[in-house]
Amino acid sequence: MSFSWARPYEPKHPVARWIDERLPLPRLVYGAIGGGYPVPRNLNYWWNFGVLAGIFLTIQIVTGIVLAMHYFASIDGAFNSVNQLIMRDVSAGWLLRYAHMNGASFFFIVTYIHIFRGLYYGSYKAPRELVWMLGLVIYLLMMATAFMGYVLPWGQMSYWGAQVITGFFSAFPMVGEPLRIWILGGYAPDQAALTRFFSLHYLLPFVIAGVVVLHIWALHIPGSSNPTGVDVKDEKDTLPFHPFYTAKDGWFAAAVLLVYALVTYFAPNYLGHPDNYIPANPLATPAHIVPEWYFWPFYAILRSCTFNLFWIDAKLWGVLAMFGSILLLFFLPWIDRSPVRSGAYRPVFKRFFWLLVVDVVILGYVGGAPITPFNAALGQLAAAYYFLHFLVILPLVSAFETPLPLPNSISESVLHGEAAESAPAGQASRPGSVAVATAE
Amino acid sequence: MATKASSAEGSQDTAVTGGEGEDGLRRRDYLKVGAVAFAGVGGLATLGPLLVQMSPSADVLALATTEVDISKIQPGQGIKVSWRKQPVFIRYLTPKEIQEANAVPLGELRDPETLAQRTKPGKENWLITLGVCTHLGCVPLGIGEGENKGKYGGYFCPCHGSQYDTAARIRQGPAPKNLFVPEYKFTGPKTVQIG
Repeated sequence: MSFSWARPYEPKHPVARWIDERLPLPRLVYGAIGGGYPVPRNLNYWWNFGVLAGIFLTIQIVTGIVLAMHYFASIDGAFNSVNQLIMRDVSAGWLLRYAHMNGASFFFIVTYIHIFRGLYYGSYKAPRELVWMLGLVIYLLMMATAFMGYVLPWGQMSYWGAQVITGFFSAFPMVGEPLRIWILGGYAPDQAALTRFFSLHYLLPFVIAGVVVLHIWALHIPGSSNPTGVDVKDEKDTLPFHPFYTAKDGWFAAAVLLVYALVTYFAPNYLGHPDNYIPANPLATPAHIVPEWYFWPFYAILRSCTFNLFWIDAKLWGVLAMFGSILLLFFLPWIDRSPVRSGAYRPVFKRFFWLLVVDVVILGYVGGAPITPFNAALGQLAAAYYFLHFLVILPLVSAFETPLPLPNSISESVLHGEAAESAPAGQASRPGSVAVATAE
Repeated sequence: MATKASSAEGSQDTAVTGGEGEDGLRRRDYLKVGAVAFAGVGGLATLGPLLVQMSPSADVLALATTEVDISKIQPGQGIKVSWRKQPVFIRYLTPKEIQEANAVPLGELRDPETLAQRTKPGKENWLITLGVCTHLGCVPLGIGEGENKGKYGGYFCPCHGSQYDTAARIRQGPAPKNLFVPEYKFTGPKTVQIG
């Protein structure tokens, strides 16, 4: 779409031509995910996860639509419609339900890898700021959708998750409590909350699909980034999306779907919480209440605020810190001002990137673990480091770091060592190509 | 609402339209602004029902009072009842618990209130509060027989570790407020109406 050498769409079949002249939809698809979209030739496997996220969104929508055909959104019927009707009575219901349950987890796994790939390779930098921000919007919508979906089986974790998460809103002074009651349609989660969560849980995936279209549209203006972070210069730097990346994405998607199938068939409840197989009881909270694993890092940040500071109490600090930890990512393109995109050429940035990964894993562990004095202190340290990374370390690194020299072009960076590979057996290659290879 | 360009264009054929005032506005502009503003206000007004439908409905509000028989509760015991779908703790305090609550200096409290302020006159042994932690809404432990009452002998919230004393006042942990005391009145010697 964006490069002059992008192949124009030439319909081969008369029917395709007939449609294209009246509604250029085939042309749009060809330019977006067909041979008409030139992609940098050096993408590594970290670039496969965007397509995978799209695949899991599709799986969630398809399994979700059929599950909704059997689900009752009533406080008396919801638990049984999931655990009796769908899991035991509906033909293949157990498979669809487990596929949907684990599909959510896999959707988050591939999305997290996709986000961290963007963080490492500087995919958020100009001219792709809007691609990054639309991605964050998708991520926020995913969190809302996943939360409301988890409420639907109306088990203990569903109920108390709804109670605690809507309780976040009550942290805000004055408007908080009325806002919480308005969101729930009652004083505690009940029929009104369940029905509206079902309605929104059905709606939001389609909103996500819409923002995905914008995300890809914005991406295709400058074209995909790549592991060197160097801009595409000419046709030598790119390959058509189809058949090259459709083939690569295709086999890798099959490999990931295999893992997904293994979990769905052999450990379907591994990523869930057993307490959600107890029907909701508004009068007793489970002893160890935690959200789903994909919220653990944020839950840890929420729990780490245990002290009043200035005129704001601990509860509001927790909620502000938790929302702030995601909102600050919207400003990342302006926080990290280094002109070099890829972490591969930023020796200092690279080390702090991996520290951030470790930090988020620690936050995840703390968020899922019971509160002990050690875990609480560890969580506070890790939460403080998270903000330190984005608000202090990243601006300083981008100001003082000396990046490594960048390759002249994408094709030069990937075509080094060709001479060595093609040299006759036992004969050393030309020294020049070795030097290039070691510099890389 | 006319742009500079269109009003400049309009000024060339003032003789034709004839409606332009001294400030470059035409009569048509008033019609445009008026019509769009009217539609805009109407559009905003239609948001009203879409927003208020989410408030608690009449059947939810109708559950606003609950009558409870407290004759079977012995000193030191408590019960949990449901009011507006939320748990309410009704606790018969022992003299020791009352004494403990009254011994705490108000200055030490995060949310300073005396036991007398949190109970009805002459009924200081009946502590009635919502069983909803003021942090994020979990049900604290300590009302049932054998449950963990926490360090201060009142309630302990297992979710995030808030500790309440024998007057259900917050003493330690992330919760900002004391357990909420709902509206209630004694309708008989051994019955109480909550709400």
